[in-house]
Amino acid sequence: MSDHKRVRIMPCLDMRAGRVVKGIHFVDIRDAGDPVACARAYVEAGADELALLDITATVESRGTLLDVVQRVAEATTIPFSVGGGIGDRASAEAVFEAGANRVSIASAAFRKPELVGELVQAFGSDKVIVAIDADRNPAMPSGYEVYVDGGRTATGTDALEWARRVDEAGVGTILPTSKAGDGARTGYDLPLIRALASNLSADIVASGGAGELPHFLDAVQAGATVLLAASVFHFNVIAIPELKDYLRKHGVPVSPADDR
Amino acid sequence: MIAIVDYGAGNLTSVRLALERIAARVAVTSEPAAILAAERVIFPGVGAIGAAMARLKAAGLDGALRETVARGTPFLGICLGAQIVFEHSEEDGGVAGLGLLPGTVPAFPRGLPGAKIPQIGWNQVTFRLPHPLFEGIASGAEFYFVHGYYPAPADPAHVLAETDYAGRTFASVAGQDNLAVTQFHPERSGRVGLKLLENFARWDGKGGAAC
Repeated sequence: MSDHKRVRIMPCLDMRAGRVVKGIHFVDIRDAGDPVACARAYVEAGADELALLDITATVESRGTLLDVVQRVAEATTIPFSVGGGIGDRASAEAVFEAGANRVSIASAAFRKPELVGELVQAFGSDKVIVAIDADRNPAMPSGYEVYVDGGRTATGTDALEWARRVDEAGVGTILPTSKAGDGARTGYDLPLIRALASNLSADIVASGGAGELPHFLDAVQAGATVLLAASVFHFNVIAIPELKDYLRKHGVPVSPADDR
Repeated sequence: MIAIVDYGAGNLTSVRLALERIAARVAVTSEPAAILAAERVIFPGVGAIGAAMARLKAAGLDGALRETVARGTPFLGICLGAQIVFEHSEEDGGVAGLGLLPGTVPAFPRGLPGAKIPQIGWNQVTFRLPHPLFEGIASGAEFYFVHGYYPAPADPAHVLAETDYAGRTFASVAGQDNLAVTQFHPERSGRVGLKLLENFARWDGKGGAAC
């Protein structure tokens, strides 16, 4: 038995105002926009962890999000993270109280870097994921620039430099999403994953661009230990058990899909 | 009634929800009297061990936990709650634990390729001794772990199950008599995790390793 770390499959539910933006199409869910039904379907399909992302994250949607978090926590048996609009310790605490296992922060972390250390101190390094939206920019030392506000605002900061600060603050998991690849299904941005995985001690989540089975293997070989995808799972381009079989056949340790 | 020990260090929602799911009657409490009166006690540790021991002592809970185990009440420690029952942990520069089981809690070695520290994720749990908590669960089933330190019981008879990580084989479940601890999180370990909690909710505290 290998004692190497198992790679985790993490479907992501993109939500707007408490509804899943892209409903799941691989099972007969009466309401494909219901986050609880989608979360349960992914758990039963063999997901290792779930990501809930509130892509609107307005102040008005806070109550709705907490209600969704609570219902997902009640209906599932695997760890899940919640991201979108978490800007301080109190909002993170509310999400944990509702039953989330980890929080994911992006723009707020960049604007208030001290928040990262504060959350790690308060909740533990394993409870905090820092998401970094990045795009290629040859003027940056690593070739990648950090973007905030859901990828709309360039910051002029090198992505590896920012990731290093996050890593040094003790964050257990870093989730870089390449603007170029997101939703395109042309493959994860491998140089970005490689740059972070080879320089940092945090777990690196591959995110943005998965479209075919080999893309997932490429990400593992680039150093990712968590594989996030949304649309390929939503639209049943790839089923989770099929992905796990594929990775296992290529020597990547994964958890069985049938014990959830 | 199962008492979930709340010592103010963090969130216990996942544990409470999992127990409610298997229809166990639960009370989240920080009262020593309520813990001593409970039929079963779960201690889900959160955070670092130094702060945890300090809070337990400040709240008078360390004595209540020792007393409840001494009385034979079925007791389940989870994650940090698995580590804190030992005599000593390497975390926070070295901290004395509750001393309910002989042994220590060393850190995983850092810098091994393919083995990030802390371990965050699913891993196999291989049963070494029969135990009522394992009923209906296959040896080798995978559970969800989050930890940078691991239990190292001094007595092999206290090693109920083992897991391999970072070049170490460690006791992922340990125990003696009515005391059992899991380094993994049964409350977030899918069906097998719920099954283990169900077994605990029915366990009379007997039939452990010492029998």
